[in-house]
Amino acid sequence: MAKMSLDVNGKVHTIDADPDMPLLYALRGDLGLNNPQFGCGLAQCGACTVHLNGQPVRSCVTPVSAVGSGKVVTLAGLGTPDKPHPLQTAYIEEEVFQCGYCINGWIMTAAELLARKKKPTDAEIKDALTGLKCRCGTHVSIMRAVKRAAEMMG
Amino acid sequence: MTRMDKRDAFSRRSLLKAGGAVVISVGMPIGLESLLAISSALAQGGKPPLVPNQLSTYIAITADGGVSAFFGKMDMGQGLATAISQMVAEELDVQVERVTVLMGDTGTSVNQGGASSSNGVQDGGKQMRAAAAEARRVLVEMAAEKLGVPADQLTVTNGVVQAAADATKKVSYADLIGGRYFNVQLNWNKQIGNALYAPGKAKPKSPSEYKIVGKPIKRTDIAPKVFSQQGFVTDVKVPGMVHARTIRPEIAGAVPVKVDEGSIKDIPGARVVWDQGFLAVVADKEWDALKAARALKVEWSDAKPPFPSEAALYDHIRKAPVRKREVDKGQSGNVDEAFKTAARVIEAEYEWPFQSHAGMGPGCAVVEIKDGGATVWTSSQKPHYTRDGVAATLDLPPDKVHGIWVSGPGCYGRNDAGDAAMDATVIAKAVGRPVRLQYSRAEGTAWDPKGPASIHRARAAVDAAGQVIGYDFVSKAFSRIDVMFHEGQPHDTLAGQLRGVALKSGDGFRVPEESYAFPNKRMSWETIAPLLDRASPLRTAHLRDPVGPQIHFASESFLDEIAVALSIDPIELRLRHVKDARDIAVIKAVAEKSGWQQRSSPRRDQSGSTVSGRGIAYCQRSGTRVAIVAEVEVDRRSGKIWARKFTVAHDCGQIINPRNLTQTIEGNVVQGLSRTLWEETHFDNKNVTSVDWQSYPILDITDTPETIDVALIDRPDVASSGAGEPAIRVVAAAVANAIFDATGVRLRRVPFSPDRVKAALS
Repeated sequence: MAKMSLDVNGKVHTIDADPDMPLLYALRGDLGLNNPQFGCGLAQCGACTVHLNGQPVRSCVTPVSAVGSGKVVTLAGLGTPDKPHPLQTAYIEEEVFQCGYCINGWIMTAAELLARKKKPTDAEIKDALTGLKCRCGTHVSIMRAVKRAAEMMG
Repeated sequence: MTRMDKRDAFSRRSLLKAGGAVVISVGMPIGLESLLAISSALAQGGKPPLVPNQLSTYIAITADGGVSAFFGKMDMGQGLATAISQMVAEELDVQVERVTVLMGDTGTSVNQGGASSSNGVQDGGKQMRAAAAEARRVLVEMAAEKLGVPADQLTVTNGVVQAAADATKKVSYADLIGGRYFNVQLNWNKQIGNALYAPGKAKPKSPSEYKIVGKPIKRTDIAPKVFSQQGFVTDVKVPGMVHARTIRPEIAGAVPVKVDEGSIKDIPGARVVWDQGFLAVVADKEWDALKAARALKVEWSDAKPPFPSEAALYDHIRKAPVRKREVDKGQSGNVDEAFKTAARVIEAEYEWPFQSHAGMGPGCAVVEIKDGGATVWTSSQKPHYTRDGVAATLDLPPDKVHGIWVSGPGCYGRNDAGDAAMDATVIAKAVGRPVRLQYSRAEGTAWDPKGPASIHRARAAVDAAGQVIGYDFVSKAFSRIDVMFHEGQPHDTLAGQLRGVALKSGDGFRVPEESYAFPNKRMSWETIAPLLDRASPLRTAHLRDPVGPQIHFASESFLDEIAVALSIDPIELRLRHVKDARDIAVIKAVAEKSGWQQRSSPRRDQSGSTVSGRGIAYCQRSGTRVAIVAEVEVDRRSGKIWARKFTVAHDCGQIINPRNLTQTIEGNVVQGLSRTLWEETHFDNKNVTSVDWQSYPILDITDTPETIDVALIDRPDVASSGAGEPAIRVVAAAVANAIFDATGVRLRRVPFSPDRVKAALS
């Protein structure tokens, strides 16, 4: 066990945890956050995705000790009802998901894409999002929402 | 449900609570005398007991005039709650945003069957509509009394009842009853589950009067999840709870014979729960429970590997003794004679593998046992049955258990959510603390109940004139109810079977649903025994549209094979034989919408490595009709299929919400495409070897169709039928038919993974 500080959504928390423990369990267990979600524990689905210094990472395989002073942003930190991220607005407008369990992966990964690429093509969107899983089969809605958000971001 | 036997207790309690309360209910044309006569029995202060024959069970008006709709089914993500709110708001003449649908809580809803058989609107909505109509009738009667205006001279707008002739004479629902409960008897059909129906005296509106039903009202459940404000079942936290992990054997059927608790002694709070074949660990922190599950040293019994090799699966099905055979009662003519006189016989056999629910997250449940009762938080599609299963496991009466449905990773049938709830119950009882259990990915993929593997043989007899004179279709398969479609009894759960309750494997399959008329026609099914009779990772149960995809893959591929043999356009062949007018309409609609060009398959005008083709398939499902055209590209070098475009014509009677319906159809198509192109549960003779997303691949965003074009056929005067599953059952056949059109090669085994397609093309 070791004491560590974690910068999550702009707040610094201190936790006492096994350094090998994946970040996912610190966020869900020690900090009590509702998201991200456990999907596979193998970095194969994306349900646990958060941003670490602006880059999407799979928190289920990222040791908490590797986070250091890095800034972690979860879906809750990406935007709020008062100040939504365009992807959150687009998800609501397009009514994208069915169960919604997968959205951490899709939204956090697409947010990084849209931060570096204006109006990506369909192929570029698919290339950025490949490997993420959605079991309900909402992929055509996801494509609509990412393109809508890209339009909103100009 | 024991509560339903307590109607007497209900009226006694009502009497006790009656003193001084306002009369809020009528059961007959109201007048002062009758009011005085019945008033003492009709007042309701607190929430009355839940009984299916009381209006208060389904509808309540809150103090501020909002409407609570208590629903014994639940929305698994297709927007059902929105549809129900529209149906209730329509009948009550309130704004749709004033309706709150409270779903799947055994403390606030009766058992309407849970999510089941795509009948959320068809059966569940029908009941909620009837209850809402009755509530409006009662409220108008109450207003008539209060305003001194006959009921037939009153109108209702946005929850305010007002005299048609005098706008100053008005009273709101809130003023009439807000915060108290109806005490109106309904005419209950004495059924629970899907069949429950309890209308009142009111007749629901005519569709011509609709202002809210049929509109694309937006879902309200998206934003709370997008902003991470609303959690899932995985996020339920109960003070004092521990985290658990179950431990499964390497050889299916093996049981623990020696467990070394010392192997986890260094992990904080780690404990073992071991009961016969059932084995789990708990710890205060989830990560510690995971570590304990990995570290625990277990010696397993010397079990004989229970399965055939995967390569021998379909031979096993062919050769296995038939446990039950059923011939569809709709057979016609003399099929065997027709085949004797045939000039030509066309025949084919099709194969479909075991498939996994492979939930987006593995099954999860939270259970707390205290004060002589228990609470279970579950994402199971049937929480009332989950409640019954927990009660049976704990040997408690069902009314001592509270089942609370919380949305979870998508649930499309009897997935692992129910098993997680029963496992958590066993563990909570053993450790004396509330328990949260979430399975590992390997359990979620390898140990969930599977969609049954099957073979399907089809034959057609053709006479010398090229007419189809005989048709014979038989499925042979594992049962769709080896374990039941709910977890209400321990023998249907892993926890029950591991703790010594014998499996009671049932027999069930189905036949194609269509309206083809052939002079001699027979459709039948045969079921075989499970491969392992206890706690099997290959136990079979309901997976979305139970056995529909496999059956219609075969039957609708075979229709195309007949068309090819007779050199007829596949739509023309279907239209020659389909007899139902609505079936004809969906087939014609999809032909028109997709721009179908009449010709026989395959195309003969293509060369190069990428070829394209189109395919049609059509079906019925419990009243709904679907026709679908797939347009695919086949990369002949890699074997990769891209289904570029789907066109769907869909008729499910009266449409409640066209937007949710369209997206539900899109989800069906894409999930169906995933099952068609990729999904197959792998196993060796010891166990299932599909344990994650590498070994159980599903559709990737790079496989996503460019377009899914949906033509909705609205029939306002035809009762709504289901939409949650019909479209999925025709996807595989449409894709197979399109691949044949592109390549001239017929694929008769799902999935059409690149290696298999490549092998078939070479």
